[in-house]
Amino acid sequence: MEALFSLVVGVLTASGIYLLLRGRTFPVIIGLAMLGYAVNLFLFSTGGLNTHAAAVIGESLTPTDPLPQALVLTAIVIGFAMTAFVVILAIRARSELGSDHVDGQQGEEGDAR
Amino acid sequence: MPQHLIALPILLPLVGALGLLLAGKASDTTHRRISVALTVALLVISLLLLKRAAGGELAFYALGNWEAPFGIVLMLDRLSALMLTLTATLALGCVLFACAGDDTRGSHFHGLFQLQLVGLNGAFLTGDLFNLFVFFEILLLASYALLMHGGGKARIAAGLHYVILNVAGSALFLVALGVLYGATGTLNMADMARRIAAMSGDQAALVTAGALLLIVVFSLKAALLPLYFWLPRTYASAPAPVAALFAIMTKVGLYAILRVQSLIFVDSPAAAAIEAWLWWSGLATIVLAAVGVLAARDLRPLIAYLVLVSVGTLLAGTALGTPAATTALLYYLPHTTLICGALFLIAELLGQQRGKAGTRLVRARRLHQRFLLGGLFLVAAVGVAGLPPLAGSLGKLLLMQATEGSARLWLWPLLLLAGLCALIAMSRAGSVFFWASYKGEVATGKVSRAQLAGVVWLLASAPVLVAFGGPISAYTQATAQQLADPQQPIVQLFGEPSAAQAATFHEINGEAP
Repeated sequence: MEALFSLVVGVLTASGIYLLLRGRTFPVIIGLAMLGYAVNLFLFSTGGLNTHAAAVIGESLTPTDPLPQALVLTAIVIGFAMTAFVVILAIRARSELGSDHVDGQQGEEGDAR
Repeated sequence: MPQHLIALPILLPLVGALGLLLAGKASDTTHRRISVALTVALLVISLLLLKRAAGGELAFYALGNWEAPFGIVLMLDRLSALMLTLTATLALGCVLFACAGDDTRGSHFHGLFQLQLVGLNGAFLTGDLFNLFVFFEILLLASYALLMHGGGKARIAAGLHYVILNVAGSALFLVALGVLYGATGTLNMADMARRIAAMSGDQAALVTAGALLLIVVFSLKAALLPLYFWLPRTYASAPAPVAALFAIMTKVGLYAILRVQSLIFVDSPAAAAIEAWLWWSGLATIVLAAVGVLAARDLRPLIAYLVLVSVGTLLAGTALGTPAATTALLYYLPHTTLICGALFLIAELLGQQRGKAGTRLVRARRLHQRFLLGGLFLVAAVGVAGLPPLAGSLGKLLLMQATEGSARLWLWPLLLLAGLCALIAMSRAGSVFFWASYKGEVATGKVSRAQLAGVVWLLASAPVLVAFGGPISAYTQATAQQLADPQQPIVQLFGEPSAAQAATFHEINGEAP
């Protein structure tokens, strides 16, 4: 399970970073979202990966660490708000600057279309 | 009441921000009065806390009365009290300036401004790493909205970069926190320090990785060399009162670095790597920022590069790691923050009297109030270049005295040359603004009383810091000594560590996944 989990986190992070480095706002936002997912999964695993462990103390002899769950919840809420904000900002930038390039300019040299 | 005073710098602006946002229909005058009153109250509270911390007492406040390390604690020491007072002082100048009309160019200026103060004060007070992340997010979210206040192409374009970079930075922050939590099993700063001290082997390697990641995140906020390219454009395009407030934002990153370095990672293997990284990047930041200061063709980016020079100076000072260096940089920090804030405000005043030319360094029509503005500009320029008799020169002198051995060879010339570059650039800008002008003058854009009050309030800090140089440097020296003794907060929170306890921690660490 550990190998699968770390593979998933790794692939998500790699795709997120790749997309983050693109020139248009849409892939960048998708990249940010993917990076957010990867980080949330990673945070979730910091308490240790257990099977058949109850989330609440008292339900089982080896309960899972509840703190990472609380952290992930906070991170999800903040990430959600940030993504919404970036989406609105990107739309605003598209209409004000007339381009969806992150620099606000169309067709620069080396610009991946 | 006295024990709850620590929570007030967070609660008061928070309640105030909610009130201001809900009272959207009230007149502008009401909003301004409430906002100024809140900021003055914040300054009074900060001064009370400063007085309390000056005695050397460490105060803890367990939120919801949950004992550390299970709950979140607020921690007040000399460093956080100093930063709180600095924030409130800067904020008062900015809010006074904004009351002259900048606040009505967009919606909810004062509410967002107070929310930004919540984030700043929270970041300075918290004793919990995850809580630090939350307060960082609050201050960033408020800063996104404030940066875009008033709209316009340049602000949207700069804002897009700023927001995306910081969201990515937050993701990195969470990764660092995850690594550190996984390795130590706690998020309380003092508790983490205690556990890291008793750690070895693989876990220590994980902690080093987490520590370096954290420093990268804080360097992004503090705008250290490879991570500063967002700053000049962002600060140059922000509205003047917001840009002035942002002068403290880079210092939040610096504060966070100073805090985690002195408290948590001081004895860990990460400490040497952090110091080397901060030292060379800090020096390189000074060099590139000095080039930027000379190359700027507009006053606003010029000031933004001056902010970067001070960031480089402060971080290089942090890397020295001696109490003498910390004393010097804590003395230099309030001065440079307030003067850079004042410069952004003065740039706005200059821009509004020069018509189309704005703050660009080109010939334009003669300024209407050239003597008043010239005087303000002169004081700020002398302050920022670090010339005597203002506090900048004293701060730099203290820092130069604190460097020893081969570090002198690097820091002294760079610091002095950067000061020279600032002097040249400011003299050039001043002569263009005040002497190279056409005959006709426009009578628009007169400096209003509120604007003048804001600028003078910030500029007054420079002579005050010199006049009270003795007590202030004594305070920063005591702060440096407090920071050099990281055992103090640990002992106060968790009691004296006995040998048996230390063994159990080791065991827990060994078991931790």
